[in-house]
Amino acid sequence: MFGDYSIGDLGSIFVMQGFAGLILFSVYVLMALGLAIIFGQMGVINMAHGEFMILGAYVTWMTSNLFQTYLPGLFSGYFFLAMILAFFASGALGMLVEWVLIRHLYKRPLDTLLATWGLSLMLQQAYRSIFGAREVGVELPQWMLGSLRVTDSIEVPINGVFVMGLTVLITIGVAYVMFMSRWGRQVRAVVQNRIMAGAVGINTAKVDRYTFALGCGIAGVAGSAFTMIGSTGPTSGQLYIVDTFLVVVFGGAASLLGTIASAFSISQTQSTLEFFMSGSMAKVLTLLAVVGILMLRPQGLFALKVRK
Amino acid sequence: MNDSRFTSRSELIGILVLAVFLVVILPLCLDVFRLNLVAKYLTYAFVALGLVICWGYGGILSLGQGVFFGLGGYCMAMFLKLEASSVENTKIQSTPGIPDFMDWNQITALPFFWKPFHSLTFTIAAVILVPGIFALVIGAAMFKRRVGGTYFAIITQAVAAILTILIVGQQGYTGGINGMTDLRTLKGWDIRPDHAKIVLYFFEVGLLFACIFVAQFVRHSKLGRILVAMRDQEDRVRFSGYSVANFKIFAFCIAAIFAAIGGAMFALNVGFMSPSFVGIVPSIEMVIYTAVGGRLSILGAVYGTILVNFAKTSLSESFPELWLFGLGGLFIAVVLAFPNGLAGIWGDYVQPRISRFIGVRKPKAGWTDNSVADGAPAE
Amino acid sequence: MLVGHQPKEFLLAVSGLTVSFDGFKAVNDLSFYVEENEIRVIIGPNGAGKTTVLDLICGKTKATSGSIEFRGKDLTKLKENQIVKAGVGRKFQTPSIYDDLTVFENLEISYPRGRTVFGALTFTRDAAVRDRVHEVAEMIFLKDRLNMSAALLSHGQKQWLEIGMLLIQDPDLLMLDEPVAGMSVSERVKTAELLNRIIKDRSVLVIEHDMKFVEDIAHKVTVLHQGQILSEGTMEKVKNDPKVIEVYLGH
Repeated sequence: MFGDYSIGDLGSIFVMQGFAGLILFSVYVLMALGLAIIFGQMGVINMAHGEFMILGAYVTWMTSNLFQTYLPGLFSGYFFLAMILAFFASGALGMLVEWVLIRHLYKRPLDTLLATWGLSLMLQQAYRSIFGAREVGVELPQWMLGSLRVTDSIEVPINGVFVMGLTVLITIGVAYVMFMSRWGRQVRAVVQNRIMAGAVGINTAKVDRYTFALGCGIAGVAGSAFTMIGSTGPTSGQLYIVDTFLVVVFGGAASLLGTIASAFSISQTQSTLEFFMSGSMAKVLTLLAVVGILMLRPQGLFALKVRK
Repeated sequence: MNDSRFTSRSELIGILVLAVFLVVILPLCLDVFRLNLVAKYLTYAFVALGLVICWGYGGILSLGQGVFFGLGGYCMAMFLKLEASSVENTKIQSTPGIPDFMDWNQITALPFFWKPFHSLTFTIAAVILVPGIFALVIGAAMFKRRVGGTYFAIITQAVAAILTILIVGQQGYTGGINGMTDLRTLKGWDIRPDHAKIVLYFFEVGLLFACIFVAQFVRHSKLGRILVAMRDQEDRVRFSGYSVANFKIFAFCIAAIFAAIGGAMFALNVGFMSPSFVGIVPSIEMVIYTAVGGRLSILGAVYGTILVNFAKTSLSESFPELWLFGLGGLFIAVVLAFPNGLAGIWGDYVQPRISRFIGVRKPKAGWTDNSVADGAPAE
Repeated sequence: MLVGHQPKEFLLAVSGLTVSFDGFKAVNDLSFYVEENEIRVIIGPNGAGKTTVLDLICGKTKATSGSIEFRGKDLTKLKENQIVKAGVGRKFQTPSIYDDLTVFENLEISYPRGRTVFGALTFTRDAAVRDRVHEVAEMIFLKDRLNMSAALLSHGQKQWLEIGMLLIQDPDLLMLDEPVAGMSVSERVKTAELLNRIIKDRSVLVIEHDMKFVEDIAHKVTVLHQGQILSEGTMEKVKNDPKVIEVYLGH
């Protein structure tokens, strides 16, 4: 199958394929970060995670429309505002959902799964009623279009580079919040021993609510970033949810580093396989490999052996 | 101490009421079209029944029951499709005698794994064995390694996603996204006309009752009590000398086989099979049928399935916008307010009133016993 | 204690047992021997590895190295249910019983018959089962509560129920993790009486903090500290060991 290509071409194809893998990697990391907090740290199975992401995407789409209509001069910078709005919109919805639904179900993880699935159905229908059933695409500002020419035969799209840069920034931010800040310590304290944390004066209910909101907010930012590379529809979120959960579980649910490593290995496997076979078979093989490895090593890639 | 090996009196009454409802009342009240619709709903009731054993009693939530429903359904559909693709029926194709979708995908000979499906005996065995063995393999791999709870749910969900992508991607072998359509006859007996639909309906109800009896037997055996015990205190059961994994595998396999029977009946009653009954969405919907009926209630599962599907059909006919809101709301309401579903409402509110009205004090409702503990053990 | 060369003398021979969790050695090169019909009590400060030792013997935790010989079988190579079958019974620290079942059903599940999937499906509640359940229920003071849901029992009754579930299993080695913790004084007395009655014809390994209770029942005491044996012998000897007084009893 390589007969038609020269060595140089082949090298370029691999580089480009690797780059496609890196974009997929960024996408997975962005999606998984929020879930790693909600599922990995809090143990809540949020099946509506994809819908929180899509909310961010719709917010970005609306912001871009507003700028186009009213502030065409500032259009090239709308994205930064959109991202902040997406974060707060999804975060606020997350806070509401935690208050109405999740806080009653912390002891029943499987029931959270069902309830949030119900929530995801309602949100999907809400998006369909409000934004229509058709997928919407965001108009990109000029500077994000086109691609960077690395060599004669290798080109990388600017929006892809942008998404990657964004991913790095958000990851660093999350790592800082969770592992360096006082608040992150509180979150981890609550996760490890809710009663004790309450006893030493941490407002566990508040920590829960803000943690959940943070996870949802990051999902919103992820959705916002998605608009750079794809279009958004009411059911787009559902397409990603299984992948996202697998990324988090595969990495070892409580490990942020694990999440990143697993996002990397899954995305690279998939994009490399896509070079050899159809997209659907690549997906099937990748998922099979992940499920197979999880069966051999259920605790995921990174997990501590603890004394129970 | 209720020492009955099989069913108590009130359960027997419950089963009789359901039998009268399905065998007498529905066929008398509904036209053939509606009755066939009920037949379609009831195929999901098999799945819900399995979930009562596996999820309600065993605490193992599988989000991949669509996989087994699909495997059963596809096995049956392959047999029916082969019969519908006789050389005579397909002489306009470039390769006569193979299913039409294969011909469209430039496949010129029947693939090897299709060949045994010329035999009805093999097909019936496959309907049971293929999903059963698949469940055995997944169950053994997971439960022997102590994977359970949420991880198990997520992995079964991934399996459902994989199978769907595979079926859709391998058009030439599976019919792709459209599935296997235009199923016509079973051993020369046409399954499409009205009288055939009625016969199939009664056959299906018969099978459903057979499965109900199997479920009742399991529940009332010591195995049923061990499942409940495992849900409460898995370690205690393990250190009482039981291999917990084997019991979980058994519950999962029973649920898979029930689902597969439902799938096979779906192919017969509805006349086609497609990947849209395999994936994540239908799999989770099947869980909600069980939850609405009451996850601990064998008969409740049947009522829950009929009710949710009836609501779905009528709502999506008249208010398609509202249907997803309704279904989503139902999920949330059942989880938050009625964790024991319809059966719980019946046992807690309706039956005590009836008893008071009749003036007889009966023991607690027969078809709802112990209540849901605080979910399944977390992982 | 050099008779270890004749394993027949001992029901349980633990030697060189080590388990490490990510480098932390919860149990470190531990060796001890339990004779037939002996009551051995393990004491020690919190985190000494007492519960981990029971976990290792019953197979809940896998050893990093070392061996556990029980009647000539190496338990480290067996699965939990096989260890139970070999004759080891274990009671957990917090009462672990089946809340959703009745007291009768709780006891019945521990009855050593029909432990396979097929066996459980075809299990019948015959006279032998019923008699044995009634007999044990009488011993554990729950005779008139057989049809009650186990969730409704008091804390002490739950502890007794779990002990009863072990009795019906009839193990050769019974391991109890803090059997009287959280019990009232009168419940403690009753429990001591119960234990004294059930230890006939079997060996018992008990973890306990209540020194009065330990003195009442122990034949021999093993003191654990940081995963190793600090002292071993009769209660009298251990009580006067300066090392023990320093790390444990002195407080």
